[in-house]
Amino acid sequence: MTREEVEHAKDDMLIDGCEAQALDLKQANAVPDGFNVNYLKIYYGKLFPYYEIFKWMSYGNDGKHPACDQSYLGRREFSFTLENDIYVRFQSFSSASELENSIKEKCPFKIDIGPVYSVDPAKRHAYEQTGNNVFTPVERELIFDIDMTDYDDVRYCCSGADVCLDCWPLMTVAIKVIDTALRDDFGFNNILWVFSGRRGVHCWVCDGKARRLTNEQRAAIAEYFRVDMGGENSQKKVVLGGHALHPFLGRSYTEVLKSFFEERLLSSQKILSTEERFEKILDMIPDESITSDLRGRWQENRRSSTNKEDINVVRWEQLKHILQSSKQKDKGLRRCVEEIVFYYTYPRLDMEVSKHMNHLLKAPFCVHPKTGRVCVPIDPNCCDEFDPTTVPTLSQLLEELNRSGVGGDGETELDQTSLGESVRFFRSAFVQPLLKSCKEEMESSYNAKLQQKKNSITW
Amino acid sequence: MEIVRSQRKSPLPIVVSTIPLYRSTPELEVRLEDFELFAVDRLRVLQGISHGLSRAKKPEEMEKLVSDLWKAHMRHPLASEVINKDIISHFVLRLVYCRTEDLRKWFLAMESTLFRYRFRSESFEAQRALLAEFDLPYKAVSIAEFESVKEKLLQVARSLGQPQTSVDVLFYKVPFEEVPELVAGRRVYIQKGHAYIAMNQVVSLVVTQFRSHLSKALILTNRKWTSTIREQEKDRLTPIVEALSTSYLGPDCSQPKEYAEISLKDIDQVAKRSFPLCMHHLFEKLREDHHLKYGGRMQLGLFLKGVGLKLDDALAFWKAEFSIKVGPERFDKEYAYSIRHSFGKEGKRVDYTPYSCQKVISSTPGVGDHHGCPYRHFSEENLRASLSKMGVSNRAMEDVMEKVRNKHYQLACTLTFEAIHGSSCDSGINHPNQYFAESRKILLPKNNSAA
Repeated sequence: MTREEVEHAKDDMLIDGCEAQALDLKQANAVPDGFNVNYLKIYYGKLFPYYEIFKWMSYGNDGKHPACDQSYLGRREFSFTLENDIYVRFQSFSSASELENSIKEKCPFKIDIGPVYSVDPAKRHAYEQTGNNVFTPVERELIFDIDMTDYDDVRYCCSGADVCLDCWPLMTVAIKVIDTALRDDFGFNNILWVFSGRRGVHCWVCDGKARRLTNEQRAAIAEYFRVDMGGENSQKKVVLGGHALHPFLGRSYTEVLKSFFEERLLSSQKILSTEERFEKILDMIPDESITSDLRGRWQENRRSSTNKEDINVVRWEQLKHILQSSKQKDKGLRRCVEEIVFYYTYPRLDMEVSKHMNHLLKAPFCVHPKTGRVCVPIDPNCCDEFDPTTVPTLSQLLEELNRSGVGGDGETELDQTSLGESVRFFRSAFVQPLLKSCKEEMESSYNAKLQQKKNSITW
Repeated sequence: MEIVRSQRKSPLPIVVSTIPLYRSTPELEVRLEDFELFAVDRLRVLQGISHGLSRAKKPEEMEKLVSDLWKAHMRHPLASEVINKDIISHFVLRLVYCRTEDLRKWFLAMESTLFRYRFRSESFEAQRALLAEFDLPYKAVSIAEFESVKEKLLQVARSLGQPQTSVDVLFYKVPFEEVPELVAGRRVYIQKGHAYIAMNQVVSLVVTQFRSHLSKALILTNRKWTSTIREQEKDRLTPIVEALSTSYLGPDCSQPKEYAEISLKDIDQVAKRSFPLCMHHLFEKLREDHHLKYGGRMQLGLFLKGVGLKLDDALAFWKAEFSIKVGPERFDKEYAYSIRHSFGKEGKRVDYTPYSCQKVISSTPGVGDHHGCPYRHFSEENLRASLSKMGVSNRAMEDVMEKVRNKHYQLACTLTFEAIHGSSCDSGINHPNQYFAESRKILLPKNNSAA
């Protein structure tokens, strides 16, 4: 999609949104915005995709195959945050109906998913008595958490908890960079991206190989993805050493970051428009003659600007021209353009979340209490089209339920709401392929075991 | 017979490495004095390594340090006994350091580092021989495959600032899980889950193997120790083993010392006079911004705990600041848990210990972070400003900056301590809580006499 097309699409969406709202009011089916237990009860009663979550969390162990581990789901930790911030950890469920009944009964404001432990986490105290730490995490998806608040120093449109369509693309870029590397570099296939409900995204890597990574290996992957942005007290921000970029960073730069920075971010965030903003960039160039040259030009042409071209683009071209000209023998200076782009666009992961097996992460399809929006999956192949401001809200879904008015079973009710598409995507693009690969993995490890047994019998 | 024939066929002389892998307990007779003496010698090596690591020495410097330490302490008058001394001392220290999680962690880290640099110093042939001893299922990359990824391998070499010729060496293809440190440093090309490692990177592969083997072995040793050895040897080895670990562990900073016990009302005073710069900076930032990110909360929080701040006071302290920024409700909801957690009152109920200098120095503060070691992580300008605010004179400042330039961060901190307190600190600074304790030792008696 070109920039203009995106722009148009944005406009269209806005118009759609307005019209839809206007219609709703007329129809008197309107449900007041907000988030409360009553809304949530209906959501958990009619819309929450228990079956899909159960199938996912079982990883094929709910079948009849002799290699199935029937205790698997029951060793997984779920945590509930109830109304009034009561936090209940170490819940476990051994069947789909147990999970469903408990959620319906307790109506949690938030559901977190933890690791699979060596023993049922609900009975951990009983095992504690036996000494030796038998209660220990044994499997956990490799997870990533990216939060817009970590980008506050590079976005000028919003700060803190707010997001808009000008800064959201930073998340889209993060999804593209990380998703490609998870697949091409690390060879993972079963990856789920989820909108965190307000200002960020979560990623679940679910391949068997990923679930069995040690903490050290998780930390290594997280570090592979980390580009040092410098602490608050260090001078230089991003430092890309060496004579070339590592293939992963090089690919991220040429395929995603560079064009995003130059074609979108530069103008949408007006990165070079004011003195305060361009000084921040000049700070990243370690050569005073160049910075004073640029500063001089930019302070002057503030008056003589022709307004035809975007001033941010013009200034960026000037900066690039000076830094990349053949006169610059200093390799450090030529790297500077890339360093600036990385600083403004490269994904900023919350490292701690990824490094340890026992970190909890909010389950998909939870509803964010502040925004009322559902944590829906994001298709990494079409992440450009994802719009956080049009994600279904709880009140919108209830309205749609009211309007549909059909008293049929849950399945069709879900399909009549705008959540239906998200659940269908979750099922067909994530859960089903995942279960297929789980089955294959189970078969092959089972056959290998049989073979081993046979060999040991016939020596 | 097989072995002899294959030896004859081989055109190269068989190279045997002198580094043992410590796979099984040796069948050796050891005199009781040697049992202890050998262990003490090896401990000196491991402690030297620990010092080197905390100064963030470069690999080349570490290699030299390890080689010097080894020569200084691990020699034996009888050439034939050198390898036995190596093996015996290792197994004695296994007994000493198997007994708690913290001891195991330290020993594992130091022995792995020792192994790494000894391996690096070996000849290419000896390295290959050692690699073969590990019996790993990985083969060298074929020429056809090598050609298909050559460009990428070149790119990795360039990104590391290595000469292009280094790409012509032998490569191995291994699952990325086997070489976490190479993955973490982006020092290998990774494709579809496989890392291409150059011969000179094989050290990472073998160290990972060495580590994981030793880690499992330490757990087993611990089990044997608690179930049988301790009782059986209670008149002979047990006293030696127990004495060895206590005399060489350095100060225990998990428990507040006699001078500690600070209360909320004089915390500002105390922070100003007795906190090391890394903690004082966090403390000031917290007062200023009413917020600290995770890394800063952990570093300062555990330090304050070590200094003797009680859980209730800690909660009140953090709440007072955070409430200004996020409101008391959000504090209770999002932050109080982790504070109780670090006091061992939630979750796994592990009582976390304050960070040592080594841990602080090796942290990697990012955007918005204020933790880490100022001597390592601050720009020169910021560091100078902070030091003069602490009252370090210009002359002392130059000495501090000199140490910083040579990456002797702990020595820089020691000099700062001496400049501020006007008194020498012979033991050097190894732990922020030790800095605090030393400072109170100097300041408190004066206060008392004045009162």
